[in-house]
Amino acid sequence: MHGIGVFVCHCGSNIAATVDVKKVVEMARLEPGVVHAEEYQYMCSEAGQERIATAIREKNLKGIVVCSCSPRMHEATFRKCAEKAGLNPYMVEIANLREQCSWIHKDIEEGTEKAVILARAAIAKVSLNTSLLPGESRVTKRALVIGGGIAGIQTALDIADAGYEVDIVEKTPSIGGKMAQLDKTFPTLDCSACILTPKMVDAAAHERINLYTYSEIEKVSGFVGDFTVDIRKKARYVNMDKCTGCGVCMEKCPSKKALSEFNSGLNNRPAIYTPFAQAIPNVPVIDPTQCTKLKTGKCGICERFCQAGAIDYTQKDEIVTRKYGAIVVATGFEIIKLDNLEEYAYSQSKDVITSLELERIMNAAGPTKGHLERLSDGKAPKNIVFVQCVGSRCDESKGKPYCSKICCMYTAKHAMLIRDKYPDVNVTVFYIDVRTPGKNFDEFYRRAVEEYGVNYVKGQVGKVAPQPDGSLLVHGVDLLDGKQLKISADMVVLAAAVEPSPSVRKIATMLTASIDTNNFLTEAHPKLRPVESPTAGVFLSGICQGPKDIPETVSQAGAAAVKVVGLLAKDKLLTNPCTAKPDELMCNGCGSCANVCPYGAISYEVKEINDHGIRENRRVAVVNSALCQGCGACTVTCPSGTMDLQGFSNRQILAEVDAICR
Amino acid sequence: MKELLQDGTVNRVLGWKKGDLPYNPEPAFFKSAEELDEFIYDGFCGANLSKYMIAASALEGKTLVLLKPCDSYSFVQLMKEHRVDREKAYIIGVGCKGKLDIERIKAEGVKGIESISGAEIDGDCSTLKIGTIYGEKEVAYKDAMLERCHVCKGKEHRIYDELMLESADTLDSGRFEAVEAIENMTPEQKFAFFKNELSKCIRCNACRNVCPACSCRKCVFDSTKFDSAQKANVDEFEEKMFHIIRAFHVAGRCTDCGECSRVCPQGIPLHLFNRKFIKDINEYYGEYQAGNNVEDETPLTDFTFDDLEPGERR
Repeated sequence: MHGIGVFVCHCGSNIAATVDVKKVVEMARLEPGVVHAEEYQYMCSEAGQERIATAIREKNLKGIVVCSCSPRMHEATFRKCAEKAGLNPYMVEIANLREQCSWIHKDIEEGTEKAVILARAAIAKVSLNTSLLPGESRVTKRALVIGGGIAGIQTALDIADAGYEVDIVEKTPSIGGKMAQLDKTFPTLDCSACILTPKMVDAAAHERINLYTYSEIEKVSGFVGDFTVDIRKKARYVNMDKCTGCGVCMEKCPSKKALSEFNSGLNNRPAIYTPFAQAIPNVPVIDPTQCTKLKTGKCGICERFCQAGAIDYTQKDEIVTRKYGAIVVATGFEIIKLDNLEEYAYSQSKDVITSLELERIMNAAGPTKGHLERLSDGKAPKNIVFVQCVGSRCDESKGKPYCSKICCMYTAKHAMLIRDKYPDVNVTVFYIDVRTPGKNFDEFYRRAVEEYGVNYVKGQVGKVAPQPDGSLLVHGVDLLDGKQLKISADMVVLAAAVEPSPSVRKIATMLTASIDTNNFLTEAHPKLRPVESPTAGVFLSGICQGPKDIPETVSQAGAAAVKVVGLLAKDKLLTNPCTAKPDELMCNGCGSCANVCPYGAISYEVKEINDHGIRENRRVAVVNSALCQGCGACTVTCPSGTMDLQGFSNRQILAEVDAICR
Repeated sequence: MKELLQDGTVNRVLGWKKGDLPYNPEPAFFKSAEELDEFIYDGFCGANLSKYMIAASALEGKTLVLLKPCDSYSFVQLMKEHRVDREKAYIIGVGCKGKLDIERIKAEGVKGIESISGAEIDGDCSTLKIGTIYGEKEVAYKDAMLERCHVCKGKEHRIYDELMLESADTLDSGRFEAVEAIENMTPEQKFAFFKNELSKCIRCNACRNVCPACSCRKCVFDSTKFDSAQKANVDEFEEKMFHIIRAFHVAGRCTDCGECSRVCPQGIPLHLFNRKFIKDINEYYGEYQAGNNVEDETPLTDFTFDDLEPGERR
C-alpha cells in the first residue's frame, strides 16, 4: 500500500524518555509505502489529533500507524480521529511503544531499537489492512444478575429503579447471601439483618425484579446486548404458588440431621427448610439428599401436614431460557478451607472456630441464641484469642497471597462486642498489621484498643495446641517485645481468608470473562474500568472482583448498575467488523471450526461452488457475523486455512512476524 | 464383488490391482467384472483405501470399498468430518493377517526378487517363500511385517456392510514404546534425532498425499494464499517445519494408520510425530482413538469443564 502515515507520540516523557522518537520517525520514513512520518508530544490531545487529521487530508493517506500507548487505551480515539478525516477507522494500526516498550526498557538504545521494530511491524500490517464496516446489533432491555447477595441485590435494585427489567439468579434457596449471616456490621455496629432484610424485601417486591432462587446458570450464549441464558431452576419439591410459608412442614419433618448451611454447620436443620427465618422467598425447599420420602419413598409427613397442598415430590429441575442485554456477576465469596493450616488445630478442637462461625454464635438467631459459649462444653469462655491473616497474605502452598481486607475490621468488631457484653473475658488479637483504611475505620479499631481494652499483639501464632483439660495453648510471638508467648485460651477465633465462590470458575468460563490466578474476575481496567469485565456486556459487582467490605460492595454494585443502564439505554450497538470470514473454495466442511466456536456463530450449508470451472455442491462453513466476536479460535483450528479473521488475517500477522524478524 | 457390480448394487469396486512386481499392488477402481480379473488382495495390500472414498463420494452411484480393520478407522474419521458419504459406500470389511513391508524383506538380505509366495490372505501367513535370481529364500512373515502391524489396534472393523476373510492377531509390541524412548532423550539428543531423520526428506509429498487426515481440498503447502506455500525446502529449518506443521494439522484426527511411514521413500519414521500427539491426548484428556466412532467428542476441539488447565497433568 502506498500512502501510509506514521505518527509517533512522546506521551510526555513516558515514551520519549526511553525511546528516541526522532529516530523512530526517521526509520519509519524508510519503510515501503510510508509517505509521512512525524512525532508530537501528545498525539491523543486535541492538537495531536488535528495533526493526524491534517496529514490524512493533505497527503491523502490510505492508512496510518500511531506509535503510542496500548491499543486498549487509545485505539478508539485514533480510529475516531481517522474517521473524521475521511479514512476508514480500520485503516488505523497502533504500535504499542509504551506498555510493550518504553515502560519495560531502561536503556534508550535498546528501547529505540525495539520501538523501530514495533513500528515496522505495524506498518507491515497496515499495508495489508482493508476497510471494514461495523454492523448493528440489537439490545435486549433486560439484565441478569448472577448472585443474590448484597452486591447482586443492590445492583438489581439500581437497574430496576432506572426502569429496566432485572432477573436475579441465586443458587441457594434465599437471597441475602453472606451478609444475612452476619450479626453486626462495622464500623457502626448496626445489625446486619436490620439493614439487609428491607433491601431483600424491596428486591422481592419490585415490579421489575424477578427472582430465580435455588437456580443456577446452565449455559450462556450470545454477546453484548443479546445474551441467551439457560437457567436451571432446581426442583424445590414445593409449589411456590401454593406455599403460604407457614413453616409447619419444617417443624414436622422427622429428618433433622442435615447441617445448617446458614449457621455455618454449627447446628442442624430439617430436610425441608428455609435457610433462615427472614428468607426470601419464604418458601422452603426439600433437600433430596436428606428427605426420607425422596430417598426411600416412605414418610410424606410434610405433605400430610401442608394445608396448602404445596408439597410436590414429583417436581423436576426446569430449564428456563431467557434473553438479556447485560450480565452482572455478583457471585461473592466463601471462607477458605483450613486443611492446609493444621497448625491452628481447626479440625482438632471444636473451640477453634472461624470468624463467620463466631458471627453465628453471637447472633440471637444462631445456634447458641446469641450466648457466647464454647461449642465443646457450652461453658462461657474466659480467654479468647483471635488470629488474623489465617491463610491471607500467606504462602500460596497454604493459603492466599492477597489480603482479605475485611478481617482487621471484623476482628476489631468481634473483640469490641465481646468486651462490651462480657467485660470479664480477656481478648487477645494476634496481627501482622492492622489495616484500617476507610472512613471511621481507624477510629473504630482504636476504640477497641483504647476504650475496650482489647490486647493487640503484633506477631503471628505458630501453633494452637489442644490440652487434655480442654483448653487451648496458643504459641505465639510478640514481635514488638521480641518474646515468645504461650497463652492459655478457651476459644480461638481464626480470621480465615476469603476466596471467590468456587462457582465463579464455571460461570466465568461460560461468560468468557477472564479470571486471575486467585479466581477473582478481572476488570477491563484496574483503575478506569473497575466494574466492567474485559468481555463486553459483562459487569462485576462485589467480592467476585476482589475482597471488599459492605460499603465498598454497595458502591461497586451501584457503579455496575450504572454501566448496565448505560448499555440498556441504547437501542442498537455497533458490532465489531473484525469477524471470521471463510474462503468457500478451500473449505472442507469438516466441522472443526463450528466445534470450537464459543459463540455458536458458525453453521454449515450445502452450496453450489464454482471451483475454477468445477461446479459442485459442497458443505461449507458460514459465519454469522452478528454472532462472531472475532476471537479467532476457528482460524487456528481450521486445518486448511479456510477461516481468516478480518483485520487480523493470517497474512497480516505473518507480515508482522516477518517485519519483526527482518 | 462381480455380482454386486453386475446387479447394479454398486457402480464400481475400489480395491487393489496387481502391480508389475510381486510386491507392489496398487489401489484401483474396477468398473466391470472383466477388470476385476486383475484384482488382488494379499499381504502386500497395505494401502489404505479410505481416502479414495472422498473422490468416490462425489461420483454417481455406490462404490464398493474394501477396508481392512485399521482402514475402517480412517473411514469413520472421514465420515465424522463429513468428507465421505456413507450412503455412497458399500463397505466390505476384509480380514487382515498383517501387512508386509518390502523394505524389511530387503533388509534381510533378500535381493533380485522374482516371485513371492506365502503372502496369500487365505494361507497361514507364517513363512514367505521368495524366489530370487540367487535361488529360493525364506523369511518369517512376522519379520517382514510393517511396524504398524506389530502395534495393531485390533482386527475388528469399525464400520462395514459385509465381512470377508479371516484375520490373525499380530499385536506383539507396545504402541508407545518408541515414543517413550524419544521422550527419555535429552533435548539435544531429541534435536539430533529429528534433525537426522528429517534431513532425509526430499519433499516428495507422498506422506501428505497418502494421509487420510490430510484431505484438504487445498493444502496450505500448495496454496498461494499462504506464505507457507513451497517454502518447506528452502532451508533446513523449513524442511523440519513441514512435517511438524503436518503433524499439528492432523493432531486429534490421525487414526495412526501408519500410511505416512509406509510410503516414505526415505524411510523416515513419520508416524512417531503423530503417535506422540496421540499419547499426549491420551494422557491429558483420557484414552482417545480417532475414528473409533462418529459420535465421540474430539478432545482437541470439544470443551468440557473438566479439561486440564495449562501446566496441569492428569
